[in-house]
Amino acid sequence: MAARSSLTSTRKRRVARFHRKNLPKVQLVGKPSGMEAQGLFKTVAVQSVKKSVSAGQVLLGDEAVALGAVHAGVTASYAYPGTPSTEILEFLIRHYKREGGPKASWCANEKTAYEEALGVSMMGRRALVAMKHVGLNVAADPFMNSAIVSIHGGLVVVVADDPGMHSSQNEQDSRYLADFARVPCLEPANQQEAYDMTRQAFELSERFQVPVVVRLVTRLAHSRAVVRPQAPDEVGLLEKPVERNSWILLPAFARKQWRALLDRQPEIRRFAEESSFNRFYTGPENSGPRLGVLTTGVARNYYLENLPDLEFQPTHLHIGAYPAPAAKIQQLMESVEEVLVLEEGYPFLENQIRGLLPPHLPIHGKLTGALPLDGELNPDLVRKALGLPERPAVDLGDRPEVARPPQLCQGCPHSVAYAAIQEALASYPMPLVASDIGCYTLGALPPYSAIESCVCMGASIGMAKGAADAGLHPALAVIGDSTFLHSGVTPLMDAVAEDADITVLILDNETVAMTGSQPTILPSQGLRDLVQGLGVDPEHFHWLEAHPKQKGELTELLKREIAHRGLSVIVTGRECLEKAKLRKRAEKAAQQAQQGRQEV
Amino acid sequence: MKFDILLAGVGGQGILSIASIVANGAMHKGLFVKQSEVHGMSQRGGAVVANLRMADQPIHSDLIPAHEADMILSLELLESLRYLEFLKPSGILLTSSARVVNVPNYPPEDDLRRRVDQVPHHCLVDADALAKQAGNHLASNMVMVGAASHWLPLGLEEMEGEMAAAFSRKGEKVVQTNLKAFALGREAASWTPA
Repeated sequence: MAARSSLTSTRKRRVARFHRKNLPKVQLVGKPSGMEAQGLFKTVAVQSVKKSVSAGQVLLGDEAVALGAVHAGVTASYAYPGTPSTEILEFLIRHYKREGGPKASWCANEKTAYEEALGVSMMGRRALVAMKHVGLNVAADPFMNSAIVSIHGGLVVVVADDPGMHSSQNEQDSRYLADFARVPCLEPANQQEAYDMTRQAFELSERFQVPVVVRLVTRLAHSRAVVRPQAPDEVGLLEKPVERNSWILLPAFARKQWRALLDRQPEIRRFAEESSFNRFYTGPENSGPRLGVLTTGVARNYYLENLPDLEFQPTHLHIGAYPAPAAKIQQLMESVEEVLVLEEGYPFLENQIRGLLPPHLPIHGKLTGALPLDGELNPDLVRKALGLPERPAVDLGDRPEVARPPQLCQGCPHSVAYAAIQEALASYPMPLVASDIGCYTLGALPPYSAIESCVCMGASIGMAKGAADAGLHPALAVIGDSTFLHSGVTPLMDAVAEDADITVLILDNETVAMTGSQPTILPSQGLRDLVQGLGVDPEHFHWLEAHPKQKGELTELLKREIAHRGLSVIVTGRECLEKAKLRKRAEKAAQQAQQGRQEV
Repeated sequence: MKFDILLAGVGGQGILSIASIVANGAMHKGLFVKQSEVHGMSQRGGAVVANLRMADQPIHSDLIPAHEADMILSLELLESLRYLEFLKPSGILLTSSARVVNVPNYPPEDDLRRRVDQVPHHCLVDADALAKQAGNHLASNMVMVGAASHWLPLGLEEMEGEMAAAFSRKGEKVVQTNLKAFALGREAASWTPA
């Protein structure tokens, strides 16, 4: 194993302006007898155009990950848009359009994105899949099982958590899922680490033959700083896995693969123990009050921000690579009298250190109330946890307590649908409008207050059916075009199969609006064909323009279809205003460029 | 040297273009820069905030600690007051008098102006009027950059250079309009002791 590891990890990769079509279609390799030989056949350079490495670029944390992937010789990247991860693929798609490679594309959902990345990896090439934290729930099936196959080309899973729920339904901490799958997880604290760790994640993935998780949080994903890139790696060769059975999870093979993954754990733990991402900032030999501070990810920034105000130097161990390095943590614990754990997200590390039984020395953190269990960390919460007084302030008077929540844009097509729904349902004593995730979720707020649920992608249709099964009428589902294509098709199949007594409204604004107008995976016509193809009764399938002029007609149509005691699907279509603005701007720019060319 | 700005406004007003121009200027001057912004749901007509930190030494936190901001730079009157706890005692509250009234309980303008007046160091700029005077109502964020230029750790020519670079692909006319907006904003805030 060790010999293979060193061969794979040192294999030279270089990428620059490579183009997919320039890659050899198939690299014929002999028949190596075992896994150990595999590395030998990957050392041939494909393209060696070295791009000059610039001195520094201002990048979002998301963009630093993306650039790291390009420089790691990634062959393809996939994602479904989701805040705060969206800008990773936006960067890679822009790069793809400009340079012709590496490939980058949006997918129907996180599961399909993951599986496409897995296919790239199976062919011996590096792949990245990016998602927000709840996206990993959608991709959990391929994620968990891909830990059991023998990953071939590096597979990096970038998951952006959203502590504080800036734009999400929960605050789940992806470190638990990496641990659950028994795979390494890297957690950058700043933009430079986001770049460096992404690059290393590809190497680790190949070295340990597992997917590697890079965990971001909103505050890093959406913050900019200068990143200094390193020389790019080469793109790997196209090569099928040598051991066929390592990708066929039939029980007999899966048992072997699972055992192999478990057997690899000591090696993975050894890596984490030795990783420079896990290091003492202030050593255990440190004198002074015997406080140990453990930081992970961006919590380190908040600690260092406050450190100059502390009158002593705590012993500081930072953890950026998981599984948590037990020996280093033990070293810290043995040299101090109490420990403060600072981490963004759940008390993951704190729980691990604490274990089930009372610890032998005081451990402070989220579980003891030194820091809140919910929400996002900030320098002030960490300051308080360190026992520092508040910074000097002056009284600046009281402030108006007026919230300004986000809202649908003026003239948004969704507002037409919501107005019609309200009117159509006015005569019913107990209707249900189940809804979903997107801009239209803002229909929950005044002045519409039109929807009653938002749980997870695609849930509206299944929940409306469940409500109807429970005996409720009328039950409506309101879902956007992209959410429908992401996870609404399968529940609609259930509804078709039983001719469920529900009315489904698909609000088709021709874009993934909330995340910044990414293209919907199928155009409007494709969506309509798909719905019809599922077997929705054509008499109860309608399309209407979501224009204020059509509000009366939509209301009447809704009334009729709600009265129909079976499945109805209504698609209301009109382009999102933001998307229209962006489209017109792009068209104008293209026109100007065209004129410029003609003048030349 | 360290200069922290908290940028406030309503989604769609263009606080990120302010952040990007100032951040680029600082970077080109060789300063360390960190700029934290808001994407996603909160952008839709809601309150938005960005943190911009510049220093001659490495910056750790992406977020400005409470009572540490040297400046609150706001594009909207109500929003200028939302983050006051971040302002340091000697910091300045610099805000446009523009109001985006998209909530039913929006406070009376007099009340908001009175509260701004209570802040020891403050400066209120009629950015919309000055932007119109410069030739485009959309340039009000550059009026505010001009107003802020008295305090920023950047030279006048550096700032103008960044603006010219930022707007150059939109044509010379847009560049000139924004430079004029900048100059008018700078003039409007010139009575305030820097």
